[in-house]
Amino acid sequence: MFTTETLQKFAREVAKYPAGQQRSAVMACLALAQEEKGWLAPETIEAVAKYLELPPIAALEVATFYNMYDLKPVGKYKLTVCTNLPCALSGGYHAARYVQDKLGIAFGETTADGKFTLIEGECMGACGDAPVMLVNNRRMCGAMTPEQIDKLLEECK
Amino acid sequence: MAILGAIHPVLTAGLNGAVDNNSGWQLKDYVARGGYSVLKKILAEKTPPDEIITVIKASVLRGRGGAGFPTGLKWSFMPRSLPGDKYLVCNTDEGEPGTFKDRDLIRYNPHAVIEGMAIGAYAIGATRGYNYIHGEIWELYQRFEAALDEARAAGFIGQNIQGSGFGFELFAHHGYGAYICGEETALLESIEGKKGQPRFKPPFPASFGLYGKPTTINNTETFASIPFILKMGGEAFLNLGKPNNGGTKLFSVSGHVERPGNYEIPLGTPFAKLLEMCGGVRGGRKLKAVIPGGSSAPVLPADVILDATMDYDGISKAGSMLGSGAVIVMDETTCMVKALERLSYFYHEESCGQCTPCREGTGWLYQIVHRIENGAGRPDDLALLGDITANIMGRTVCALGDAAAMPVQSFIKHFRDEFAYHIEHKTCLVPKDVQWAGSGFHKAAEVR
Repeated sequence: MFTTETLQKFAREVAKYPAGQQRSAVMACLALAQEEKGWLAPETIEAVAKYLELPPIAALEVATFYNMYDLKPVGKYKLTVCTNLPCALSGGYHAARYVQDKLGIAFGETTADGKFTLIEGECMGACGDAPVMLVNNRRMCGAMTPEQIDKLLEECK
Repeated sequence: MAILGAIHPVLTAGLNGAVDNNSGWQLKDYVARGGYSVLKKILAEKTPPDEIITVIKASVLRGRGGAGFPTGLKWSFMPRSLPGDKYLVCNTDEGEPGTFKDRDLIRYNPHAVIEGMAIGAYAIGATRGYNYIHGEIWELYQRFEAALDEARAAGFIGQNIQGSGFGFELFAHHGYGAYICGEETALLESIEGKKGQPRFKPPFPASFGLYGKPTTINNTETFASIPFILKMGGEAFLNLGKPNNGGTKLFSVSGHVERPGNYEIPLGTPFAKLLEMCGGVRGGRKLKAVIPGGSSAPVLPADVILDATMDYDGISKAGSMLGSGAVIVMDETTCMVKALERLSYFYHEESCGQCTPCREGTGWLYQIVHRIENGAGRPDDLALLGDITANIMGRTVCALGDAAAMPVQSFIKHFRDEFAYHIEHKTCLVPKDVQWAGSGFHKAAEVR
């Protein structure tokens, strides 16, 4: 189900917690599984549960609770735009509107070519750099003016 | 770069390298700034833990995560002599809208957090710790892991630290998108691999914490302050601030200022001075309102905040909370109904769903503010909002319900005319194009 590299990363996470508390690694393992597979299909969630010797529901309830897990397929690039108040005061809605117009999709949608998914995000703890966007849960981009958004979209090949 | 100014800096002293993201944070840099000397001295001299706690108490360091609880007192609650595992947890789950200070501490000074945690562990008798890091800041989670590797290799964490016989294992736990996990017991549930739903208190974490064991949880900035306090002495740190509000603090300033970013200033500094450090209100416009302590803190009108000082007691006297030190500045181009609508959506989105008053109430608050904003407000909506907030507050397991209610109450209290105008005229008091232009990023986008 998972590559050797992912399994090695799973083991590294489990080792952070006391013996018998491998359940603590479920968040990290789900994130790593999503990184490998692109999204969390039910069988992926079940495989993570099996790896950690948990009932499947224990992994499913975590996957459904935390909002950075993707429970359905997303584009190659998932762009999360913060529109919370501090960002909105510094152009968060403008950035959101600009990227929506540019890609021709609304929040929660994926472009027809499967390349981009847009998500409306909540506070990412980077309000001083507003407007803020997060690429694939991993890369945070600040000061997202139209020029910067153009540049980012070009980089996403 | 995001640490943009300081007065008498403690946490950010010597961080002139904070001009770029990738220098100045490593172990060698921290040691060159005098780092880890306090931990080494404590372990070499076998300083009695009570002595450490006495110094922290004398410093009147108050929890930097939002509640402002005295750190020394919290540490003294730990049953140090109780046999068995005890844990120390750092809360870097920084998701309170407006707050972005801990991110910069991890970015520029991660070893101060690690040294503070190692000293804390020694003081409370913990042998294992976790730093819970906000999901969206993956790059800084990686940086903290790299700093942990350095500290482990240099023998500042791990077994038998500096040959002292004291051991402390420290790991990073990466969150994955849940505001509620900033609540300390939700955070513990989350480390245990569960949904982040807050626990009933009591029992408090000091008696029943992580895996049911005695646990102390502090904010990132709180831990980072520890080595510096022990180096300069409790009184000296206290005297940087003002009585009952010891030391300096990081303030994250966002919104309508010329230079949004982090500023380290002594507690007790006038708000007007902080605003001046930020270059003033954007475009020289008029200040309208400020949320002084993160989105959960009551909003204050311009004339009130301009007379206030930035410390726990000063902001409390002004009618709000210092919280995490997240200062959200709004100028005259801001529609207060729109601003509240966005905040109410946030709390509705982030309610964990455990308690009915919060789960249902936050949804009602959002729907009602949304309809007022969109020209469908009803004459009795403001009374209805007041009624709902009164039925949320104090009726939930954790403070998220109160945090959702307080912005609603304070926005209506201070800007009632604006809400009434919306309901009566079905449109904003502040014209839409003025609002759109006010957020400073409008050239490429058309007003719809």
